[in-house]
Amino acid sequence: MKSIIEVKNLYISFKEKKVLKGVTFSLSEGECLALIGGSGDGKSTLLRSIIGLESPTSGQILFDGKNILRFDVEQYIFIRKQISYVFQGGALFDSMTVYDNLAFPLREHTDWSEEKIKKAVLHELKEFELEGSENIYPTELSGGMQKRVGVARAIIIKPKVILYDEPTSGLDPYTKKNMQKAIIKMQKRGATSMIVTHDMQTALKVCDRVALLKGGKIQAVDTPKNFRENPNIFLNNFIKGIKQGENDESA
Amino acid sequence: MNGMTQIIHFFGGVALLLRDIILELRKKPFYFHLFLQQVYEMGWKSLPIIFVTSACTGMVLTLQFGLTLEKFGGKIYSPKILSLAIFREIGPVFTSLILAGRVGAGITAEIGTMRVAQQIDALLALGTSPIKRIVIPRFLGGIVALPLLCLFSCFISILFGALVGYWELNLDLFYFFYQIFDTSKLHDFFSGYIKTYFFACFITLTACYFGLKVSHGAYEVGNATTKTIVFSSVLIVLGDYLLTKFYWMMVM
Repeated sequence: MKSIIEVKNLYISFKEKKVLKGVTFSLSEGECLALIGGSGDGKSTLLRSIIGLESPTSGQILFDGKNILRFDVEQYIFIRKQISYVFQGGALFDSMTVYDNLAFPLREHTDWSEEKIKKAVLHELKEFELEGSENIYPTELSGGMQKRVGVARAIIIKPKVILYDEPTSGLDPYTKKNMQKAIIKMQKRGATSMIVTHDMQTALKVCDRVALLKGGKIQAVDTPKNFRENPNIFLNNFIKGIKQGENDESA
Repeated sequence: MNGMTQIIHFFGGVALLLRDIILELRKKPFYFHLFLQQVYEMGWKSLPIIFVTSACTGMVLTLQFGLTLEKFGGKIYSPKILSLAIFREIGPVFTSLILAGRVGAGITAEIGTMRVAQQIDALLALGTSPIKRIVIPRFLGGIVALPLLCLFSCFISILFGALVGYWELNLDLFYFFYQIFDTSKLHDFFSGYIKTYFFACFITLTACYFGLKVSHGAYEVGNATTKTIVFSSVLIVLGDYLLTKFYWMMVM
């Protein structure tokens, strides 16, 4: 299958700290890839760099074969219409109501009438069980609801690629299940997804492949089935919460 | 970062921000409703505080000039001095300093909080330029609102100054206004009025720059707000001297 996103030998540093040290992977069209790893290992940084919110030190990020790191502002805007980003905390505009938050990408990037926008917004609100909250401001919503509005806002424009940053963290089991359903539904619509998560259940249930980021590099990439059947040492340690090296010492 | 480096960073950052504004102004879309909203927020909502401060300034200046000049028998000159002081300096500078505190601090706090809450990142991720949507409406809103507020401030200061002249100094109201129009020429008024366009740029650019520089935490938002008030106030008083000197060099 054709690769839609290819990351080649990506390095990112913040001052002296090297966060990513040569990350390489690819994402095929329609695929769902879960990126797992410890806190501070650079998962969100990697995701943010794909959409141009971080500036890599070196390497390449190819979108449809074009290196987006060489893009100017105008070209980036074009890319951002095709790649949506779901922020961990929702990142909703608190000066706008839920309705206006959802309508925002449509008003910005389409020439739809207000009537058509209203129909699309109400449809997404129904999909995410948020009916009746259109006139509420984000600060009045619970964390889980904010997250759902964030996802709805990201997918309303029907992007080619959706990048999820911890979509299920802090959600109750019922809402988490609904979020997983929403991600699967978007995949069925043909969207390519990349999910940064600590939630192994979601990673193994929703995604086609799972990648483990550790020490600034991708240590393993495999299907959930293979990860379950032949657990990689890094993955095993990650799940059990054992740091690399501790095993050797205890042995 | 030491003081001098911080100042160099500030001027460099503001220059780059101004360049971005000019570049983005040439591209579509222009958020006219956000621009009008800013004119309302900065202009209309500042009217009460400008009214109170301008009225008090006019009253106290008339009283000081009148009582001081009375000793030398020069009380009748107080309308002349008042009008020149208000039109040339007090009106524009005082209004700008108040706006730096009320509006500048508000802009920095708002943009800074948006940075902390990742709302600026969300704008970028949604393919919208924060310069276009956040900075330009505030920049242009300030340029429209501040000169209008200056006009209002001058009018209120003169009006309340005249009332105090009538009540406290026993000066005839007709005489008071006649003296003002006789003394103040159009260039006296313009020498002060033109400066407000520059002051509006100083306030909005400084406020947006410090707001966008916030990276995390409530402490940093508070710090940025303080810096906005300090830097824009210094720019206003320093710019006032330089612009006054430049204006009179051109006129003379």
